[in-house]
Amino acid sequence: MAIGETIRNSQIWKSIFRHPMPLDRRNRIVVMLTNFFLHLHPVSIKKQGIALSFTWCMGGVTFFLFLVETVTGVLLMFYYRPTLEWAYNDILALRDVTSLGILRELHRWGAHAMVITTWLHMYRVFLTGSYKPPREFNWVIGVILLLLTLLLSFTGYLLPWDQLAIWAITVGSNMARATPILGYEGPGQQLLTIGGIDMITDGSDARFGLLGARFVGEETLNRFYVLHCIAIPLAAALLLAIHFWRVRKDGGISGPL
Amino acid sequence: MHSSGFFLNDVAGFLGGYYTFLALMNGIAAFILWRKKNAPGWALVWSVFAGVMMILASLALSASKSMVPALPMAVRSLVNSLSGPVLYTLGTTALFTGLFVFRKFFVQPMVAWSVLNFTLLLLGLSMADENFAAIVMKPDNVPIVGLVYLLAFFTWVATKQAVVNDERIKQGLPVVEKVNDEKVLVWPDLVYTELICMVGVSALLLVWALFLPAPLEEPASSVKTPNPSKAPWYFLGLQEMLVYFDPWYAGVVLPSLVVFGLMAMPYLDFNKKGNGYYSIEERKFSYLVYQFGFFELWITLIILGTFLRGPNWNFFGPFEYWTPYKVEVLNNVDLPQMFWVQWLNQPLPRAPQDAGVLSQIGFIFLREAPGLLIMGVYLVVLPPLMAVTIFRGFYAKMGFIRYMVMSNLMLLMLTLPLKMILRWTVNLKYIISIPEFSLNF
Repeated sequence: MAIGETIRNSQIWKSIFRHPMPLDRRNRIVVMLTNFFLHLHPVSIKKQGIALSFTWCMGGVTFFLFLVETVTGVLLMFYYRPTLEWAYNDILALRDVTSLGILRELHRWGAHAMVITTWLHMYRVFLTGSYKPPREFNWVIGVILLLLTLLLSFTGYLLPWDQLAIWAITVGSNMARATPILGYEGPGQQLLTIGGIDMITDGSDARFGLLGARFVGEETLNRFYVLHCIAIPLAAALLLAIHFWRVRKDGGISGPL
Repeated sequence: MHSSGFFLNDVAGFLGGYYTFLALMNGIAAFILWRKKNAPGWALVWSVFAGVMMILASLALSASKSMVPALPMAVRSLVNSLSGPVLYTLGTTALFTGLFVFRKFFVQPMVAWSVLNFTLLLLGLSMADENFAAIVMKPDNVPIVGLVYLLAFFTWVATKQAVVNDERIKQGLPVVEKVNDEKVLVWPDLVYTELICMVGVSALLLVWALFLPAPLEEPASSVKTPNPSKAPWYFLGLQEMLVYFDPWYAGVVLPSLVVFGLMAMPYLDFNKKGNGYYSIEERKFSYLVYQFGFFELWITLIILGTFLRGPNWNFFGPFEYWTPYKVEVLNNVDLPQMFWVQWLNQPLPRAPQDAGVLSQIGFIFLREAPGLLIMGVYLVVLPPLMAVTIFRGFYAKMGFIRYMVMSNLMLLMLTLPLKMILRWTVNLKYIISIPEFSLNF
């Protein structure tokens, strides 16, 4: 106890936490106002707003899984090389040789779980009518986040570079070939013909833009790797920040008026 | 392929643990009910059920593999021979309708618990079938089993509260969420809940990761196409739509419309009631539309695409072996073919060899006239017609633009079930078929 007291009275501790332990009412309020991570939350909340039967905690779980994916993903990036030569072998080694190869399992199952919890979070928000005014726009941001979650999962699916990966991405991205006007097998593709020269071919259509090639190959692996590790997570992080901020600005967790 | 003996060896240990888990689960339930003292009959029922589960567990773990409890072969063949896309879709529709209509009955905890036990027992008995287990136990398919149970559980949680609230509203009482509006401090109440959730999710994820290895197949090869080739599971609903529509619609336009429709939802739903609490009666229309889209057109199609679509995207019963040699008759006919050839008994209108571009397009329009007419009526005439009939009140409240967006989104959403029905009943392939411009609908 004495050691704990000494630590809590030290200059270092006091420079980090500028108030005593949150044991009484005053300090429980102060901790919410002074801590960067906690200030996302209000100081007090309706008991109903934190009932698990009401919220299901699915938004929170989704965000937690996003953090799990970030941490495990960064660790996997130390190990994995997105090239035809190494991608599959690195995953193979993660399975058979490497210590803590379980990181890959955590990352993959976390990703599946995140898709599911996102759906459940949306489902709860719908069932409680929480998308209604004044929260309309936050629902829109949520839909974009759903899309980003699916794209994160989809781009990550390719990285193990096994049969499962390459064919799932092939089947999925073949759809882009049929994009109206912009896909070379899509309806209205002939509209973009200038002087008898097709502007939309298998080397310039929407699918080519997605894959970086005419088929799923090394360019695709690189493209999906960058999208998966940098572009989409950055976009998602930005939208998450806005999503949380708007929850507070739109009046906190919903409840009957 | 394993021979049956090897398979049962592999699965017996899992099933032993599974039935023991069911026994424990029901034992605990019985204990809690017995302690509460208000339902001694149910406590007895679940302790007996737990006992039966223990017997099943010991049978599964016994040395003789013929003792592993399984559905009788006759039942499995019957299920296989009965199941098909039509029965699957109609069956799930009937199931959802029944659950919705009789929701007051199904939300009772003991009824819900019985349903849960029944499905878990059925799942266990099915697991002893080699073909069933081969698909369900694929590592990437396991999350979908979890999804089904999570969705069922949370739908139950929500419906239970909605039923209570609807009853209270009918009696003129405030909803439960309103009663419980005392304020508490976020530290400790919310912060600790979040911490416990985080620990729980981490533990679950660790156990899942320890016991289920992530899949890794042979190295990628662009020349060896697996049959079936499937997209990731969350897109299998879209892949299933390819049975009924061309990729431009099923894979590009419809998904974009889903995203657009979801975003538009808060701006189309003018109903001010039901904001911030569970209720069904107060917002029946939006509730039913959302549930129809989510359960019928998204979740059931994912389950169909994952568990019941095998090689060549043919339908396979849950206990059927996925043979690539299954032959299915494809005798689908396009509407122009039906109209000109079958009904009017004349060849399809075709431009003469030396016709100019405009004349060719004219002939295409003539050939596709029936389909274009149908789609025109469906998308252009129907919305105003509904505005003055069934959606008169909606139109008055929503105004022209919002009403048109909503009615068109709904009609486009309904294209999928309508096309399914047309395919099953009259073998219709395309309503509009203009291969000249890759435009088939």
